[in-house]
Amino acid sequence: MKFKTFAAFVAPSLVMMLLFIAAPLVSVFIGSFQLHQPVLQEVEEETCTPGFTGQTCTTTIVTRPLIDESGNMITTTDWVGWTNYTRVLNPEAAWAAVSSLDWSALMQIDFWAALRFTLMFTLVTLPLVIGVGLAIALVVNNAAKTIRGPVIFISLLPFIITPVIGALSIRWLFIGDGILTAGLEAWLDRDLALFAQAWTIELMMMFYRVWHVAPFAFVIFYAGLQTVNQDTLESAIIDGANRFERLRYVIVPHLAPLIVFIALIHLMDAYRVFEEIVGFTSQAHVISLQWLTYDFLQPDDSGNRAFGRASASSMLTMVGIVVLLIPLLRRTWRDHKGGSH
Amino acid sequence: MSTPRAMRQPLALRLTSAGFLAVWCLIASFPIVWIAVMSVKSPVDAFASNPLDVIFGPATRAAGNGLSLLDIVVGLVVLVFAVRLALNWLPRMVSHYAPGGQMLFGWIVAATGYAVAFVIAYFVILPALLGLLNPVLGPLGQPIIGLTTEHYRAVWVDNAFYRNFINSMVVTAGVVTISLTVGTLAGFALARSGSTVAFWLLIVALVFRALPHSVLVAGYLPFFVNSAEILRPWLGEAAPTLYGQPWAVIAVLVSINQPFTIWMLRSFFQNIPNELDEAARVDGCTHFQAFRLVIMPVMWPGVITTGLFSFLLAYNDFLVTSLLLDQSNQTMVPAIAGYFNRETTTTDQVEAVAAAVSITAPLFLLVMIFQRQIVSGLTAGAVKG
Repeated sequence: MKFKTFAAFVAPSLVMMLLFIAAPLVSVFIGSFQLHQPVLQEVEEETCTPGFTGQTCTTTIVTRPLIDESGNMITTTDWVGWTNYTRVLNPEAAWAAVSSLDWSALMQIDFWAALRFTLMFTLVTLPLVIGVGLAIALVVNNAAKTIRGPVIFISLLPFIITPVIGALSIRWLFIGDGILTAGLEAWLDRDLALFAQAWTIELMMMFYRVWHVAPFAFVIFYAGLQTVNQDTLESAIIDGANRFERLRYVIVPHLAPLIVFIALIHLMDAYRVFEEIVGFTSQAHVISLQWLTYDFLQPDDSGNRAFGRASASSMLTMVGIVVLLIPLLRRTWRDHKGGSH
Repeated sequence: MSTPRAMRQPLALRLTSAGFLAVWCLIASFPIVWIAVMSVKSPVDAFASNPLDVIFGPATRAAGNGLSLLDIVVGLVVLVFAVRLALNWLPRMVSHYAPGGQMLFGWIVAATGYAVAFVIAYFVILPALLGLLNPVLGPLGQPIIGLTTEHYRAVWVDNAFYRNFINSMVVTAGVVTISLTVGTLAGFALARSGSTVAFWLLIVALVFRALPHSVLVAGYLPFFVNSAEILRPWLGEAAPTLYGQPWAVIAVLVSINQPFTIWMLRSFFQNIPNELDEAARVDGCTHFQAFRLVIMPVMWPGVITTGLFSFLLAYNDFLVTSLLLDQSNQTMVPAIAGYFNRETTTTDQVEAVAAAVSITAPLFLLVMIFQRQIVSGLTAGAVKG
């Protein structure tokens, strides 16, 4: 295919990606060094209240945003260097907390708390998703052919459900004296409040994520299991390998590329954890990096959105994803160079 | 038996395996089934701590809403009949009446018509009929399971949830059509070109796929809110405010979806032998004609699968739509956030549950119809590399 035809075919897709992915990235990068704020003026205001002998008047100095003739606030945009980053990272307080080994002080700063949760969430759910997915795939592969279709149908439901709704459906089982909380209380014989502290909410979020993603891993592993070489399995039996050894030395190595693939997709997706925070309304206890940016972007009481800080926190989030992706990119590049020779 | 003796499994292993499978199926379906049950009960029953109360709903029954034995039997019979009709009669009618090239269109019309007819028959005519029959039959007509549709009525009629539904449909339809049109072109070129440029494009797309969406939205928002002023020098008075515009959101979702779409379509195009378009080229087609007349007709399975995943992305999105659309044209998923944020009474909570079930129902149908395509789409990227 000539380059010109190639370019013509790819152009619409490329233009959209440049316009709506690359351009916003540049604008976020620039925006993270800028501060938009309304121009304020100080107004002297006299308020009088009727008193016993006469009026009591007090004069106060109030700051008001300047308003132009059409009723909009006048805003200015200043270059502020690293200020936005400093306000998000709060390095002085963070450093003080680190040097005095005060973990809870560090967790008082939103960004570090969000980073802690995001990383922990990603790393805890990763092995669980792969393990549960593999277990379901093995079990379904072991089951009678007639029930495989319905089982796959049921397994796809948690995967296909809207993430916010999925998180909500788990939440409704536990909230207040929800059906499962009541069950746990009867079983443990004690009063439980699962939404009152961070760690129980985190556990539920991780449970939700594994429930949501394990079917994806299952379907891929299940497809992989269909192509396991039966001859190798039989030779392994002749060599005296027991069931577990066959799994460990024949099946898992066969599935290794799929495990890498699922791990990658899961790393990308779990790092973006967001819907759980919305579904479990957990912002008072637990937040994630993506939620932090979302929160900065929401208009506050006076209708301002903290674009500067949002840009800074999203640039920091991106640094994280790039760090996660570097090993993958290096491998793909090596494969590409190896493949072309 | 064809299984070799050494491969046969001991009973204990088979039991464990079957047990694990049963537990998984229970865990996978329980939360979804449970919210569906909760949504048709009065608030007292829905949040009762005894599971039997939630299932049978004594408080709902006491309020006079319930299903009798007759209702259940007739309902099940009609349901089975309707499913058989859809599986046997509908395909025949479609292939009989739809002209050759218009099968897809014929199916869309037939499925929509059938769905509307079913909803009217099942939820309007049948309840009215049974309402007449139940009092006559004595004990058979006594309600035994509490069931009420008042929350659905409150959500869809009183709170005008259908508006959010229409917005969702507009956004998803736009996203699916545009991203497939743009994506098939790019996916085809990427599958057929082995150049380094194509490789780098795919890598960049992979990096874009990994980007958190909030990063991108942080880039759009300042521009979208002020776009009328920014674009005025070029567009004059016609410059639109992009914030709150469904078509702006469609463009954004299409772009966010592009990296994934082109990767998936590329792997489907790679399965189609190169010789096919070479033959077309020898016969005098241009690249575009070969693509349009020879490749696309055999690409439908891949296109449908990718379309499904585009649909899911647009339908399930919360972050982009909640930040870029305003209250007046909100889609369903962000709109539900409004429900559970203001849930002060238990009635509000059950209404939120009913809204959640309403959002899930179309997805449930989708899995039922397209199970095979979804599975093939999931494995397309992974197994073939």
